[in-house]
Amino acid sequence: MSKSISELEEIARKCRVEIVKMVHRAQAGHPGGSLSEIDLISALYATRMRVRPDQPDWEDRDRFILSKGHASPGMYAILAEMGFISHEDLKSYRVLGGVCQGHVDMKWCPGVDFSAGSLGMGLSFGMGCATAARLDASERRAFVMIGDGEMQEGSVWEAAMAAAHHELGNLKVILDRNRIQNDDFCEEQMRMFDIPAKWKAFGWNVKEIDGHDMTQVMEGLDFLEAPENCNGPSILIAHTIKGAGISYMENNPSFHGAAPNDEQFHQAMVELGEVEA
Amino acid sequence: MTRMAATRDGYGQALLDLADNPKVVVLEADLGKSTKSLHFRKAHPERTVSCGIGEQNMLLVGAGMAASGYIPFASTFAIFTERAFEQMRNGVARPNLAVHLCGSHGGTHTGTDGSSAQSIEDLAVFRTLPNVTVLHPCDDVSTRILTARLAETNSPSYMRTARNKTPVLYDDVDPESIQIGKGIELKDGNDVAIIACGVLVSESLKAAEMLIEEGINASVIDMHTLKPLDGALVDQMVERCGALVTAEDHNVIGGLGSAVAEHLVANAFAPLEMVGVPDRFGESGQADEMLDVMKLSAKYIAEAAKKAISRK
Repeated sequence: MSKSISELEEIARKCRVEIVKMVHRAQAGHPGGSLSEIDLISALYATRMRVRPDQPDWEDRDRFILSKGHASPGMYAILAEMGFISHEDLKSYRVLGGVCQGHVDMKWCPGVDFSAGSLGMGLSFGMGCATAARLDASERRAFVMIGDGEMQEGSVWEAAMAAAHHELGNLKVILDRNRIQNDDFCEEQMRMFDIPAKWKAFGWNVKEIDGHDMTQVMEGLDFLEAPENCNGPSILIAHTIKGAGISYMENNPSFHGAAPNDEQFHQAMVELGEVEA
Repeated sequence: MTRMAATRDGYGQALLDLADNPKVVVLEADLGKSTKSLHFRKAHPERTVSCGIGEQNMLLVGAGMAASGYIPFASTFAIFTERAFEQMRNGVARPNLAVHLCGSHGGTHTGTDGSSAQSIEDLAVFRTLPNVTVLHPCDDVSTRILTARLAETNSPSYMRTARNKTPVLYDDVDPESIQIGKGIELKDGNDVAIIACGVLVSESLKAAEMLIEEGINASVIDMHTLKPLDGALVDQMVERCGALVTAEDHNVIGGLGSAVAEHLVANAFAPLEMVGVPDRFGESGQADEMLDVMKLSAKYIAEAAKKAISRK
């Protein structure tokens, strides 16, 4: 599963292309959070996840739980890149009967471990997966991606407290700290003050990185896997940019849940190097 | 002398019975002493997960474990299961993960803790969820048997148990006669059928005795499964008795009465009187006092039976 930084960056670029295509085709969906998370989950899947794309239900696979389930285009893109689903399947995003439901759904899409769509639930589910792995004496891990706005849900903190209490060293969280939620910037909706201090106070191992610097992303994933951090749950706080990679979407709350028009789509493809200006 | 017991004790015993299955795990939210999962915890601490006072987290830890091959039994007070309703809806029922949720202390029969602890809507809300089986057994024996059966199902469930003791009806019963989705005719009769669940099953039997003194022969059904409802048995009662009463320690809106009414309007019809909590909150009182305050006790069931007959 060894990949160079430039190879990982190319995987993420290809996923960005698919994200924008999916949302443009559906004229609906959530590009901003998909683009902010994609460097992280590209590196995670390409270099860390112990999974078998030809056997998605393999019992001893690592679990990946996209708790911010609206950012599904990002997950579908990497699942297609890994071979869990086909690139043709990506055209079914938000289409009746399609494997790519609006929010990731374990009943519809191979490789999806959790039916998301309601914020604040994935961390608890991941705790269940990690608890089961420990009972099975299995080495499998549960990786959970949460959003920063999502941390306003009280149940996130129920889970944070419980996972630390049970010393679940096989539970690894990645926080996509993109600073924007549905209505506005997080800072305007609900200030969250010192996020690393909060997780440390709940008993977690904490590291902060730039979630778009692939070298730092790999260091962050090393941190999550490091034996010294398997004494309890760990969280990687990744500072990201909502809409990262598409200039007019970056840091723009309007593109939390809106599709680009045809002109904007063309511009995105130019910026991603898919077509010439 | 009739043995008295609480259904929650049957639940606790069933968990111990199930412990031979290494995939069975118990989840608690700081009420194991009350719901009776504590016996399992003492015997099998390694398979008991404390979730603290955090019901939302508990339901989804259960979902994650069910998705990993385990059979989780999670319990708290009935009223607090409702706090995790959306977790049950989106995280358990929607992906059809076999998490078994037990709400103890259901109904106004819960007594002196008062209205905050007396869930009168739990059966209604969980009945609305696709994939979810809804049970409310009437004694410790049937609770023990039905809980064991849940472990063999591949879909989620909600079971309400009660805090206080009621007469035991199934001592020495053949366990095969108690099956999920099959109502049980405890007393046969031709004039009116009383379809009850939970603590009101024994009250319904008392009502049937009162009615005999007035020359009325009532059938009494223990409808321990609200969903899926035993519609075939309801149809039989319509045909044989031509008048029905439902009896439940639950709001008249949404529970057993509603389930039977929903069945009736689409099938053979008969007049139905619904005995239940009259769309109001409870208060502190002894269990038997609450049944009178809420007009749920035997005499009210008998009155409802006569009214149903008069509407034939």
